[in-house]
Amino acid sequence: MHGTRILDEADRLMTVCNSCRYCEGLCAVFPAMEMRRAFSDGDLNYLANLCHSCGACYVDCQFSPPHEFNVNVPKTLAIARAESYAAYAWPRALSGAFARNGLVISIVAALSMAAFIFGFAAVNDRNVLFGVHTGPGAFYKLMPHNAMAALFSAAFLYAMLALVMSVRAFWRDISTPIGGRADGGSIFQAIRDAGELRYLHGGGVGCYNEDEKPTDRRKLYHHLTFYGFVLCFAATSVATLYHYLLAREAPYPWWDLPVVLGTLGGIGLIIGPVGLFMAKLRRDPALLDENRYGMDVGFIAMLFLTGLTGMALLVLRETAAMGPLLALHLGAVFALFVTMPYGKFVHGIYRFAALVRYAQERRTAA
Amino acid sequence: MSSKYDVLVIGGGNAALCAAISARRGGASVLVLEGAPKFYRGGNTRHTRNMRCAHDAATEILTGPYTEEEFWEDLLRVTGGQTDEVLARHMISESKDILNWIVEQGVRWQPSLGGTLSLGRTNSFFLGGGRAMLNALYLTAERLGVDVEYDAEVTDLVIEDGMFLAARLKRPIRGETEIRATALVAAAGGFEANIEWLKQYWGEAADNFLIRGTPYNRGSILKMLLDKGVQEVGDPTQCHAVAIDARAPKFDGGIITRHDSVVFGIVVNKHAQRFYDEGEDIWPKRYAIWGRLVAAQPDQIAYIIFDSTVVTSFMPTLFPPIAGQTVAELAGKLELDPIALEKTITEFNAAVRPGTFDHTILDDCVTEGISPPKTHWARKIETPPYLAYPVRPGITFTYLGTRVNKEARMLMADGKPTGNMFAAGEIMAGNVLGKGYAAGMGMTIGSVFGRIAGREAAKHARN
Ligand SMILES: Cc1cc2nc3c(=O)[nH]c(=O)nc-3n(C[C@H](O)[C@H](O)[C@H](O)COP(=O)(O)OP(=O)(O)OC[C@H]3O[C@@H](n4cnc5c(N)ncnc54)[C@H](O)[C@@H]3O)c2cc1C
Ligand code: SF4
Ligand code: SF4
Repeated sequence: MHGTRILDEADRLMTVCNSCRYCEGLCAVFPAMEMRRAFSDGDLNYLANLCHSCGACYVDCQFSPPHEFNVNVPKTLAIARAESYAAYAWPRALSGAFARNGLVISIVAALSMAAFIFGFAAVNDRNVLFGVHTGPGAFYKLMPHNAMAALFSAAFLYAMLALVMSVRAFWRDISTPIGGRADGGSIFQAIRDAGELRYLHGGGVGCYNEDEKPTDRRKLYHHLTFYGFVLCFAATSVATLYHYLLAREAPYPWWDLPVVLGTLGGIGLIIGPVGLFMAKLRRDPALLDENRYGMDVGFIAMLFLTGLTGMALLVLRETAAMGPLLALHLGAVFALFVTMPYGKFVHGIYRFAALVRYAQERRTAA
Repeated sequence: MSSKYDVLVIGGGNAALCAAISARRGGASVLVLEGAPKFYRGGNTRHTRNMRCAHDAATEILTGPYTEEEFWEDLLRVTGGQTDEVLARHMISESKDILNWIVEQGVRWQPSLGGTLSLGRTNSFFLGGGRAMLNALYLTAERLGVDVEYDAEVTDLVIEDGMFLAARLKRPIRGETEIRATALVAAAGGFEANIEWLKQYWGEAADNFLIRGTPYNRGSILKMLLDKGVQEVGDPTQCHAVAIDARAPKFDGGIITRHDSVVFGIVVNKHAQRFYDEGEDIWPKRYAIWGRLVAAQPDQIAYIIFDSTVVTSFMPTLFPPIAGQTVAELAGKLELDPIALEKTITEFNAAVRPGTFDHTILDDCVTEGISPPKTHWARKIETPPYLAYPVRPGITFTYLGTRVNKEARMLMADGKPTGNMFAAGEIMAGNVLGKGYAAGMGMTIGSVFGRIAGREAAKHARN
């Protein structure tokens, strides 16, 4: 008996799969499962976070529903995975944020955007908010740089702290001995596996989405989203360095590094999330964890909004729309940061930890 | 979709799809009629894992070599010589090329991961298993323009003078119940899911058989063909049967109900008596004999009994073992006579001679002075908890079939080849397998003869 019903079901399935093993070549979940004969809650949470939801083991399984063994690994692991996010959330008091995640995220997003708009309006007069500002320091007419930096650093640091605390709790549960350290080699292997989405390929042919015909597009959209996010983050970091080290103030010309990085990233953050959303709409409902639809869509929407407002700001920054767009963009980014530890963003962190664990197990077994 | 095809394929498994693809590549228009609904398409092929092919050198997926001669010797050994040598040798030689051909049809192999099965040299494993393999074949067939109908059970064949004319369907497809075609490929499996038919040879015992694979292989096409004068091959009581968990579903339990723990313990019947040498040969070579052995026991039930020292020596099982702290407690749970079981185990333990246990070879752990003996891997059963799996005969597939020649063309009762009827897979497996079985041969028979049947049928249709 496990802590939750979905873990009981995951245990049942892993017992079926362990006596079958036909899927062992498809991804990391099955070889990891084969290293065990019995499954603790931590083991099941580990396996759940190793799964990339490619769908292959559902389409390939002779026991998928309507077969009476009712084997649906992707869906079961998706639910278990989502429940693990809440179970390891820090502080515990906020783990409820996962239950109605779409709602929570949209409220936080709406509030932060509104706060920036009203904030800009309250601190500045109307003419500043709707004025045309150009040249270095234009953004800071609306909000002083130091205030912006302080606010976003605080939000970012909080998010980092909450994420580190959550993933520590997760790692404790999945490592043996409890709390055992991760070695550099395994971390490096996991970075490579995560960076190329090694296991999101249905065993080589691509991801299964709407039917038994594999396509690789979810992997492509995921790459666009992830690398788009990384590029945007890099753009912000470079801009911060420019500001403090070179005393160069934003906005920067279009050919300058922060803008180039931000533009590429922004494009990724627009196409990627749209693609993922469309794939989700088409996905066979049998593979979906419907209860977490809000969480997935909420996160996709936040990334999309961040990308879209950022790109709009770039294009319209020399017009009167700049003020409101800056407020929207900052609001979106702020909401993204503070909701990070309580939304779909954590899947990347937990999956990475699971990949480290897997790399470590492989090394010990070899 | 036209109402007359060059080639009509009946069935939806490996043999059928290999035939359909090969006929289509040969330029024919092809219709596949699968009696099962889409999820259950592909009959027993859904449950397979690997295929046995000869090869002259190691490859990425196989250690090697596994020569034609060695394959032939393995076949000779398991069948005890009951095989058609010409056909068998032809199949073995064609199997070499099948390894590559099947990959060209989109099927992917998995690098042998070692694991619990020691078949890395002789057998190639499908990545994702048999259903993944089938999905790939269906995708290729559809891409090539093969028409496929599901829920399309063929209920009658119109055959005149050894010539196939048309097939009739139970459910009209697109307004038609009769499909005409220039050539027929019958690839509709054996009759293992037809308990009534099995009873003709096994009597009431067949009621206690469990069918490991599809409930849709009822042998209806085989019966029609035999009734219409096609020559029969094989002994109807011969089949591939293993001992599987008695708690498995009646049909379609698949691979996960098997037990490979026999060599680690003893097997008793419902009177708590041993009845066969559990240490005769290495699994999986001897894996296929236990189905028949259990079928011959009263009520077709037996119990594999072992103790807690060996639980991690074999594959994890779907159903957990039944456990008792004492032999008597275990006997109670199994509804066996406790005194009889205790006596059997005590006598067995007393007969065990010291040796060096090694389950990967025929070791020197033997019994002395009991009958039947246990000639290898004999160790005392004495460390509680005592454990047991109840087992019943699990029928994999039957060997009674239609006689074919090297072109996969069926022969009529008078020995003459039919004009336009071909057979592949389980439905003609008995040509090669008179009895016995070696892992992976079901798929070899289906792929090799399927490919030939499709090619020859297309050739006939386009003449
Ligand atoms: C659990 C299990 C594991 C196995 N593992 C292996 C393995 O690893 N390797 C191996 O080589 N072999 C294995 N086998 C044996 C293997 O499954 C068969 O030898 C092989 O699948 C036979 O292929 P086939 O195409 O002839 O028949 P099938 O794949 O059984 O296909 C027969 C088809 O005919 C259809 N059909 C039946 N009657 C009609 C009708 N009247 N009208 C229309 N359609 C009809 C059925 O629905 C089915 O789709 C295994 C079998 C089982 C049960
Ligand atoms: S998902 Fe199905 S085919 Fe794959 S290992 Fe599990 S039971 Fe076997
Ligand atoms: S990653 Fe794909 S194959 Fe692996 S468990 Fe998840 S859905 Fe199945």
